[in-house]
Amino acid sequence: MTTKILSLNTSLVRPQRNKRSLQQRRARAAWLLVFPALFLLAGVAGWPLLRTIFYSFTDAALDTPEVYNFVGFDNYLSFFDGEAYGVLGDPLWWKSVRNTLWFSSWSVSIELILGMLVALLMNQKFRGQGLLRAAVLVPWAIPTIVTAKMWGWMFHDQYGVVNDLLLRIGIIDGPLAWIASPTLSMWAVVFADVWKTIPFMALMLLAALQTVPADLYEAARVDGATAWQRFTRITLPLIMPAMIVALIFRTMDALRVFDLIYVLTSNSEATVSVSGYARDQMVAYQEMGSGSAASVLVFMMVAGIAASFLYAGSLYNKEKQV
Amino acid sequence: MKLTRRQRYLRSKSFLYLAVVVTATFCVFPFYNAILTSLRSGQDLFLPNYLPTTFVWKNYINALMVNGIARSLLNSMIVATVTVGGCLLVSITASFALARIKFRGRQGLLFTILCVSMFPQVAVLSGMFELVRFLGLYDSLGSLILSYTTFSLPFTVWVLTTFMKSLPVELEEAAIVDGAGLWVIISKIFAPIMAPALVTTGLLAFVGSWNEFMFALTFTISGENRTVPVAIAMMQGSSQYELPWGNIMAGSVIVTLPIIILVLIFQKRIVSGMTAGAVKG
Amino acid sequence: MAQLKLEKLNKTYDKQTEVIPSLDLLVNKGEFVVIVGPSGCGKSTLLRMIAGLEDITNGNMYINGIYSNDDTPSERGIGMVFQSYALYPHMSVYENIAFAMRLAKLPAKEIDRRVNEAARTLQLEPLLQRRPKDMSGGQRQRVAIGRAIAREPKLFLFDEPLSNLDASLRVQMRMEIANLHKRLGSTVIYVTHDQVEAMTLADRIVILNKGRVEQVGTPLELYDHPGNEFVAQFIGSPKMNLLPATLVKSGENTSQVVLDSGKELILPIRTPKSAEGQSVNLGIRPEHILWGEKNRAHYQASVIFVEHMGNETYLYLDNGNASEPWVVRNAERSAIVAGEAVGVDLPAEHCYLFDGTGQAFQRLVTAQASPEALISKKIVN
Repeated sequence: MTTKILSLNTSLVRPQRNKRSLQQRRARAAWLLVFPALFLLAGVAGWPLLRTIFYSFTDAALDTPEVYNFVGFDNYLSFFDGEAYGVLGDPLWWKSVRNTLWFSSWSVSIELILGMLVALLMNQKFRGQGLLRAAVLVPWAIPTIVTAKMWGWMFHDQYGVVNDLLLRIGIIDGPLAWIASPTLSMWAVVFADVWKTIPFMALMLLAALQTVPADLYEAARVDGATAWQRFTRITLPLIMPAMIVALIFRTMDALRVFDLIYVLTSNSEATVSVSGYARDQMVAYQEMGSGSAASVLVFMMVAGIAASFLYAGSLYNKEKQV
Repeated sequence: MKLTRRQRYLRSKSFLYLAVVVTATFCVFPFYNAILTSLRSGQDLFLPNYLPTTFVWKNYINALMVNGIARSLLNSMIVATVTVGGCLLVSITASFALARIKFRGRQGLLFTILCVSMFPQVAVLSGMFELVRFLGLYDSLGSLILSYTTFSLPFTVWVLTTFMKSLPVELEEAAIVDGAGLWVIISKIFAPIMAPALVTTGLLAFVGSWNEFMFALTFTISGENRTVPVAIAMMQGSSQYELPWGNIMAGSVIVTLPIIILVLIFQKRIVSGMTAGAVKG
Repeated sequence: MAQLKLEKLNKTYDKQTEVIPSLDLLVNKGEFVVIVGPSGCGKSTLLRMIAGLEDITNGNMYINGIYSNDDTPSERGIGMVFQSYALYPHMSVYENIAFAMRLAKLPAKEIDRRVNEAARTLQLEPLLQRRPKDMSGGQRQRVAIGRAIAREPKLFLFDEPLSNLDASLRVQMRMEIANLHKRLGSTVIYVTHDQVEAMTLADRIVILNKGRVEQVGTPLELYDHPGNEFVAQFIGSPKMNLLPATLVKSGENTSQVVLDSGKELILPIRTPKSAEGQSVNLGIRPEHILWGEKNRAHYQASVIFVEHMGNETYLYLDNGNASEPWVVRNAERSAIVAGEAVGVDLPAEHCYLFDGTGQAFQRLVTAQASPEALISKKIVN
């Protein structure tokens, strides 16, 4: 046996390495495989974003974008005779920022609470589970514009069912002007949005709930934990990561709200969002420059909020690891 | 007095069913109300009523023919189908690479794609407007297909990547041992196995395109190029007090029904797709 | 059929985590080699390096004397059976088996012939049109093997193929794999963590621990002449007992040790003069311990636990170490109960001896040791 190995050894010639290894070959191919998607994405997202930033420093008009002068930061902020101009000098911009933040925080937090309740309900075992899931999916499937129209009709001050129901129950004495009143119209928008997005929240949380092993609940029951203790001590900590992800998704979505407000309250000053403001500047007033500046500000605002979420998330993770 | 086990059971069951009925009603009622309204006309519209009273089909005919919903349905169908088809095609290879191959920059790419899928559409509006005009696509369905790719593509890549990651590694290794190259692995092994996931992802992206409003409102002008959401939003009467609610609700029901049916048929898949995109994010 | 030679094989992940430091191995034509070791010992990584699914960081690999480090898995001509079978779920059994040959562009007639032959060999003929999801675990396992044999590979690789099967099916498949190897005469490398599979299937066993080869040898060599304590305790179940002792007299043919109990034993084991006076470990397998008369026995202890298997009985003896008590395997039912004090005898011809570092001293008497067995690697003389 030993002699055989030796004789083999002498005949072995180690050729030069000319082929690439498996990993190298795959890594090279990877770029080829992602290239089409990347190229498209750069074309429809990266490039337009860069051009938007570019236009935010010009005075271009929407109908003649090829004619422009550079105006520096004037679209953002400039002073003339002691008066502030530009997007940041416009009170309506700040109103729209407040509107957007108000809308986002209310609708996301209400969605979280109601979504959690619906998810807990869907996580129970009972006959007709499938029917409930189907019912919950209905609002998700309805286009936002249709949602806006449907709720607009339901919120109609004279003929809407919301006022009718509230009157019948006796909560209000006379019909409320849900859409026209500056104080109520924002709530109308929040309600419609909550209705539309509860399914997303509920299904996301339900998926997280279903990953919690049933054993844990049984163990906790045996240990004498009450239903509330089981929820706060077992359910919440375990679904926390999924809940945070769902919250981030929903917040990002709420911050760019446009269509619901555009149709439900016709972009009224009391409800206009930052996206609505930017689009109005650009399309309604044809000012591509300041519209772009507003767009860039929207982008920076959303990106800033996303970054702070991520930062908070990483802090939370670090704390857990310690 | 202490309740017996059976009494406690009955009590909790009745609470449960009460909650189920309330939730289901809350979710379905606005659509139900829209259907009721769509079947009424004239003075009936202005009397709140919670049960069907009349069955007037005139509103539907008006919405479809006079208001151009029929045309916009076709437009939406074309735009959403082409967008989703194209996105899925390029997503398959990209998501394979992102899910299956370790290479430098992969994490960065995934993060970028996630960011793009979340960024506000208005941020690219003016740049996209310029691009659309430059390509001569203004006021055509092409402009929508182009702009919808902005949000559809990152979405399909992201969800498919999540699905691809869940397939066993050994399957791919078996194919490598069998002598399959990357292209064969993708086209002969992964694509067929991913068929259900492709359907799910496609459906979700389809719904996304079907519902899009801002780009459609900005890049199309003429009535015959409107998509469903724009057509619904534009349905107006001669004055603010003469909104044709019957027609609007009929139109709303028409454009929603196909999506609802689709979603209910594929509900399990839809749910898995929704959560696949997010839970692992 | 092929010969495989690994030379100073090294696997390092990310330039820092060394999974396999340096490994040499020669697998002869037609040999059935089982690589066995505890989980995380690098055995699967080693198999995947041989398959070409994992890059070889350093060292050389030769198949039939041809350098193959950079060949793709199909160029290496291997067939592989995976732990999860990894059947293509969307293809029929026929297509699963034919897939590799279609990729290799074999003529349709030849593919058909080979698929049918593989199906006949593995009794898969009635299942050829089925999908994997419509089959049982054992049937899927057969398809996975069929997929590997149909393309007539030079080298078969098995990655824990039986670990997903239930116990009775595992025994049956084990026999089928052994028969298949006999019939095809192919070279097989088989990875498992189960020493019973290793003992029953292997021509030679490679024991891997932390990426290093502890010992290579035939099953009985490893049982009779383990090179060190790790191998001694890894092969055989329940594992070998180790009793602390002192070597009082070394010798060419016999050695004399004193147990903690004060009893002296003269063992047919060769020890060098230099080891004299050192503390050593005396190894004895549970099945070799005999009951002795209480007062004259080599060791006295109380029984702390009794396990009745039906056909045999395991008795655990108190040795002052509660987590690792000594085990006696009684071939029949025992009337001894926990708490009882017993005396045990350690037959000299069944004893093993290990030095302070765990290396074995050479045993001179065994039941059926072939002279060849003594060449086995790493035995310290």
